[in-house]
Amino acid sequence: MNYNWNWSIFFDQSPEGTGTYADMLLSGLYWTIVTALCAWAIAFTLGSVIGVLRTLPSKTANAIGTTYVEIFRNVPLLVQMFLWYFVLPEMLPRGLGDAVKQMPDAPFYTAVVCLGFFTASRVAEQVRAGIQALPRGQRMAATAMGFTTAQTYRYVLLPNAYRIILPPMTSEFLNNLKNTSVALTIGLLELTGRARSMQEFSFQVFEAFTAATLLYVAINLVVVVCASLLERAVTIPGQR
Amino acid sequence: MTSSPMPAPTASQPAVDADHAPKDPGLQPGSLVSGLPKGAPGETMIAIDGISKWYGDFKVLTDCTTKVAKGEVVVVCGPSGSGKSTLIKCVNALEPFQKGQITVAGTKVLDKSTNLPKLRSRVGMVFQHFELFPHLTITDNLTIAQRKVLGRGSEDAKKRGLDLLARVGLGAHAHKYPGQLSGGQQQRVAIARALAMNPVVMLFDEPTSALDPEMVGEVLDVMVELAKEGMTMMVVTHEMGFARKVADRVIFMDRGEIVEDATKDEFFGSPRSERAQTFLSKILQH
Repeated sequence: MNYNWNWSIFFDQSPEGTGTYADMLLSGLYWTIVTALCAWAIAFTLGSVIGVLRTLPSKTANAIGTTYVEIFRNVPLLVQMFLWYFVLPEMLPRGLGDAVKQMPDAPFYTAVVCLGFFTASRVAEQVRAGIQALPRGQRMAATAMGFTTAQTYRYVLLPNAYRIILPPMTSEFLNNLKNTSVALTIGLLELTGRARSMQEFSFQVFEAFTAATLLYVAINLVVVVCASLLERAVTIPGQR
Repeated sequence: MTSSPMPAPTASQPAVDADHAPKDPGLQPGSLVSGLPKGAPGETMIAIDGISKWYGDFKVLTDCTTKVAKGEVVVVCGPSGSGKSTLIKCVNALEPFQKGQITVAGTKVLDKSTNLPKLRSRVGMVFQHFELFPHLTITDNLTIAQRKVLGRGSEDAKKRGLDLLARVGLGAHAHKYPGQLSGGQQQRVAIARALAMNPVVMLFDEPTSALDPEMVGEVLDVMVELAKEGMTMMVVTHEMGFARKVADRVIFMDRGEIVEDATKDEFFGSPRSERAQTFLSKILQH
């Protein structure tokens, strides 16, 4: 293979003139993390609501929850990114559509909303599974004590369901973090996007993507360690 | 069928210091019941009036009618699948029913204007599988509904809860989680949890069926005491020893119908229906 290895490339100035190639990758990492956290905030809140809707006795609530999940889970994330970024502004009334297109950091906001809604459908399924895994008697006992439906979820069902689904939710969070890379297609300068720019500017493709790979692995390991600490913290004494 | 021996109350024993107190002394002297509504003992607390219930096309309850008077203990028995658990769950509308009416302490269950959570908070219920909330300590299990449903202050709720916990002999376990207690202990906590709400009636849905045999006695002791203190109780159970000891009336159900509704002596002495006779001969022959 005819390739010039150059590991010191990271300390060279990038042609953008704002720092070294290392700075460029780290700024990509920063946007990856910020996008992932913001998207997760949407995914967790909305996903919990949708998951709960799917477990309520009301048929209407079930239908709304199921429709949401099947739409957002069954369309590829990449297609969803394009729909939000390129199609949605054209569908809006002209003034509003133009305002959306001219919004500063539009790729960032679009990525957050799109990824948040997509991941919410997956979180919703985890929440539903967690609630349905609880013994039926738990809901009955709470109801029999006079709890309203909202109180039953708040004080009994959700605290137990979240504990059950913590391991798969960690996987969802990791997926959410890695899926931010899809946003490079709408111009978000996140880690993968930055690695590609570095490759295009410097032709050091292996160094660029080795660095990106290591950074992804490193942040994901941090997440895994945090999740296992959290798991330990919320374990109930006397349970398996 | 062996009826469990009643241990004597521990009142006569000398007081032991707290550190060396037995961890689970069983039922303690004192009052389990407080704030029962005033009224004549004969007053109707639960009126079940011609209720029928279907699951789709399948009829699980057929035209059931009975009454439970204040202070009365009614045991509901019958073969499995006879609808006895379903009937008792209709009383606090945990199970909806399509026909008939149930009135609990003057409040109609099947009525749009009825505040069901409020009605349910006045009806204590004890389940076969205890259904303590596993993520809460015993203290929190005893207080959460008092605080969130009845709006009691934390201190009041805790005092009421811990008093009852001590009464059922589990005062030393307040800080634990349900998973750290035995089945019998969990069921006693569940009874205390229901009593903490000052219910006007108590429903028991096979409270001892999921217990190891050696733990049945400690739970029945609490129920016997409760009956003695004048609590109105409706109990689905196979414990015929309990029925003989404390029941005022026995309801026998089969295939969704109330086949026999008689006083304890009539039921055990000379059951009228053939189905009740067969049932009794089967469960009493051991």
